[in-house]
Amino acid sequence: MPPGPRPVPQLEQINAEIFTLTYGSIVRQLIADFEDLDEVNKQLEKMGYNIGVRLVDELLAKSKQGRCSSFREAAEVVARQALPMFLNVSAAVTNWSADGTECSLVLTDNPLADFVELPDEYRSLRYSNLLPGVIRGGLEMVNMEVDCRFVQDMLKGADCYELRLRLKEHKDEQYPFKGDD
Amino acid sequence: MSRAVPSKHALNIIDRPIARNKLDIPTVSLSAFAYLFSELISYAMDRAASITELEDRLDRVGYDVGCRMLELLSYREKATRRKPEILDMLKHIHSAAWPYMFGKTADDLQQANAADDEYMISDNDLLLGRFISIPKSYSSFVPGSLVAGIVRGMLDSAGFPARVSAHFVEQPSSSKPTTTILIKFDASVMQRQAALDAAKRG
Repeated sequence: MPPGPRPVPQLEQINAEIFTLTYGSIVRQLIADFEDLDEVNKQLEKMGYNIGVRLVDELLAKSKQGRCSSFREAAEVVARQALPMFLNVSAAVTNWSADGTECSLVLTDNPLADFVELPDEYRSLRYSNLLPGVIRGGLEMVNMEVDCRFVQDMLKGADCYELRLRLKEHKDEQYPFKGDD
Repeated sequence: MSRAVPSKHALNIIDRPIARNKLDIPTVSLSAFAYLFSELISYAMDRAASITELEDRLDRVGYDVGCRMLELLSYREKATRRKPEILDMLKHIHSAAWPYMFGKTADDLQQANAADDEYMISDNDLLLGRFISIPKSYSSFVPGSLVAGIVRGMLDSAGFPARVSAHFVEQPSSSKPTTTILIKFDASVMQRQAALDAAKRG
């Protein structure tokens, strides 16, 4: 499948601000429930993982994307199809490592963090940690185990949102049944 | 959406532009919101011991959203006067807040027959609940509790403390139940309303 520019399928839209406000409210609830910010980070990532597992189905169904032949292609699909399709943001894939197993997804806009200001005592909170979870969940369903994390966060003063995506291994297709039962 | 200008997150939060025009408001896909909502329900279900607690959690999340949403809406509307009348506020929710959130006005705004401090806003096909199917063991759960929380937040920050809850009302004509948001205003609000009415008359 040639990774040329493909039209991004249009999904039904809803006001982004209610999405942003609801996400903020959820983060606030989590902080109130778990006192420890690391726990909140983990919980957000776990929620993202659950979302990603289901989101990839919709992505593949709506974008009629075929099988990705490589991790490179998968990263491109995430940046050029998945993110614009669901969040109306575009990302760029840069900073490939020498062996092609690590790359950076750079976003200039993040609807999850639109009206947010992070006070100093929450510096260790990864506010948008849902997003790496979604990517991890989605890619795991297509048999690529990855590690995804934010390395630059505009809420903490950086000039863009950068996600570092690292391929850990390609997993073989798991069949739910063995042999001829 | 492509932006030629540098990202607005680079600016200080006070300097960031907020879309003034209704057409400029950014959008995300409905699926993204539906996934987020379903994860919220999942998480709340884990932590809650009963259906009431689950609805309570959703209500609290909605409350925060509602407080902030009222600010955004008022800013956009360029309204220079506050709305002290109950009916004005409810009409604002029905015709301005609902289209802002769901793209259409609420289907119905009624005053309850039994008590005059109770009002109901109905929606025949709540956008949030479209992808939700409720199993028998949770049959009294209403996903509209989030919306009830949002309405409660809006009313509270506008100065109308109230008890708001969401209910399903079966419709004979359609298979989908209507979500009704029941609003019961506090006594203080009713007293104020009575004083306003008396002032208008006298």
